[in-house]
Amino acid sequence: MIELHDLTKRYGKTLAVDRLSFTVPPGVVTGFLGPNGAGKSTTMRMILDLDRPTGGRVTIDGRRYGQLSEPLKKIGALLEAKAVHPGRTARDHLLWLAQSNRIPERRVDEVLGLVGLTPVARKRARGFSLGMGQRLGIASALLGDPEIVMFDEPVNGLDPEGILWIRNLMKRLAGEGRTVFVSSHLMSEMAVTADHLVVIGKGRLLADLPMSEFIRRNSRSAVRLRSPQPERLLDVLAGAGLRHEPGPDGSCEVVDGDLAALGELAASHGVVLHELSPQQASLEEAFMQMTADSVEYHAGDGPGRGAPGTSGAPGAPGAPGGGWGAGWKADGNRPPAAVRQEEN
Amino acid sequence: MASFPAILRSEWTKIRSVRSTVWTLALAFVVTVGIGALLSLLTNNNFTEFRRHDQSPFDATGTAFSGIMLGELAIIVFGVLAIGNEYSSGMIRATLAAVPQRGTLLAGKTVVLGALALAVSLVTAFVTFFVGQALLGSHSTSLSEPNVLRAVLGAALYLTMICLFSAGVTAMLHNQTLALGVLVPFFFLLSPILSAVPKVKTLAHYFPDYAGSRMLLVYEQNGQPYGPWAGFTICLAWTVAALVGGALVLKSRDA
Ligand SMILES: Nc1ncnc2c1ncn2[C@@H]1O[C@H](COP(=O)(O)OP(=O)(O)O)[C@@H](O)[C@H]1O
Ligand SMILES: [Mg+2]
Repeated sequence: MIELHDLTKRYGKTLAVDRLSFTVPPGVVTGFLGPNGAGKSTTMRMILDLDRPTGGRVTIDGRRYGQLSEPLKKIGALLEAKAVHPGRTARDHLLWLAQSNRIPERRVDEVLGLVGLTPVARKRARGFSLGMGQRLGIASALLGDPEIVMFDEPVNGLDPEGILWIRNLMKRLAGEGRTVFVSSHLMSEMAVTADHLVVIGKGRLLADLPMSEFIRRNSRSAVRLRSPQPERLLDVLAGAGLRHEPGPDGSCEVVDGDLAALGELAASHGVVLHELSPQQASLEEAFMQMTADSVEYHAGDGPGRGAPGTSGAPGAPGAPGGGWGAGWKADGNRPPAAVRQEEN
Repeated sequence: MASFPAILRSEWTKIRSVRSTVWTLALAFVVTVGIGALLSLLTNNNFTEFRRHDQSPFDATGTAFSGIMLGELAIIVFGVLAIGNEYSSGMIRATLAAVPQRGTLLAGKTVVLGALALAVSLVTAFVTFFVGQALLGSHSTSLSEPNVLRAVLGAALYLTMICLFSAGVTAMLHNQTLALGVLVPFFFLLSPILSAVPKVKTLAHYFPDYAGSRMLLVYEQNGQPYGPWAGFTICLAWTVAALVGGALVLKSRDA
């Protein structure tokens, strides 16, 4: 179990991580979601005690990382940047890691087999493709047979085959009862791998809830009604006992409403409708909505920043006030007091 | 706490599994022995001509060690690479994730690096000496002559300390290119130039290379400010200071 308490990191003027508190529960895949620059990698480096927090603390099963005597046996990590000397062979890289934590040498060959690198075990890392480098990083993470694994954007730049391999690996690891903590800037990636979801933006916690809950809240359908007689419309809806929420441009939205029934209801009361339309929000939209502030903030930071929905979220991205993320965000607390729900 | 022997084994694997570190050590041996041999041969063949204007006693040991400057360059590069390649490759993060006790880690690195540098330096020093004496023929000296054994051992200690000093400076700068850019001009331009400038040279006499190389002298030089063992102590102090500085930086810095 990884626990963060008010974890904060400042680099000069940049507040990379801002009073982050959450717990990574054991035995499930926890997705760590946020746009580029949200502070995911920084948080992970602080978990490993590589970067020193400006404030707050983070513990692994109640202990600081620096207090672990053979940490690779407890927590294995794949970090964002390559951490391999190009002139060293894959096997020698794993060997020095193993020796430092008194892990038997046969485990080196075991993990090489596990990630499919046995044929290139004695090749220098310099010639490795991105995918092979990633596999070597994962082999390092699994070396000590740790109960916690942490992967920073493991599928970045991989081909579909590699992506599938990593997804299955993470599920298998969680299935074995391990704690899996994986970051991504893609909602779509999280939706297929994570059981639990932690969302951050601009270094702040935006949401911490089970994936099923996130999906339930954000895949609701609704019917949008817009009328030149809004008060009458609301009276009619109230009279029919229908729960509704305000929509954009003075419209209102009936959650899980029935299109035909609502049309008939309006007609029977003589309410004029200018719009009667079904609304369906994707998870990507919900995520974009939630992190809109942090994306705007980073929009000018360089290529690759911004748009989290690189998988091509359908519909107008982040239409002002639209989408279900807005309603979702409104019915919880707004950040920084984040939406939160414990695993049940 | 991490197991110290485990750190030593791990660091040893790191050093031996990368070609560049192995090569620079081999180079230190080859250039020191080779240049010493060449100069010894030339000196023996042209002895009267070379010595015509020289009143001081002939230092057969010093002649054999004519290549020490280049050997020193190679061992500086070795010390820089052994520490610095972790930063240039980003591997330092893997290292610190495996051994988060940073002070202990640097101590382990220093022991492995120092032991290897000392072993190579000892072999280099004795081979250099014996090859040189063999080629100096009738002008040669032997280990039983006064101060000669101390000078040969001194050469080995000197190379080892310079190597560790460079390693410490690299840990302080956490960048191997920068470390080479500082150390090489310091040892091969600044220090020799300043030692020749009248007033400044008093200061330059306390630089690690000038101090450490006093150990190599069989005969006292004119105007020498202190003896060989004082020189050794000064050089050792520099080395310890660089390593402590490196440890402090490593401990305080984000990786
Ligand atoms: N070593 C560093 N020095 C200065 N700024 C940094 C450093 N690391 C990260 N940052 C800044 O902190 C913020 C968060 O970065 P990062 O943790 O890499 O985000 P993510 O992994 O979510 O994309 C960014 O604005 C980034 O520019
Ligand atoms: Mg990142």
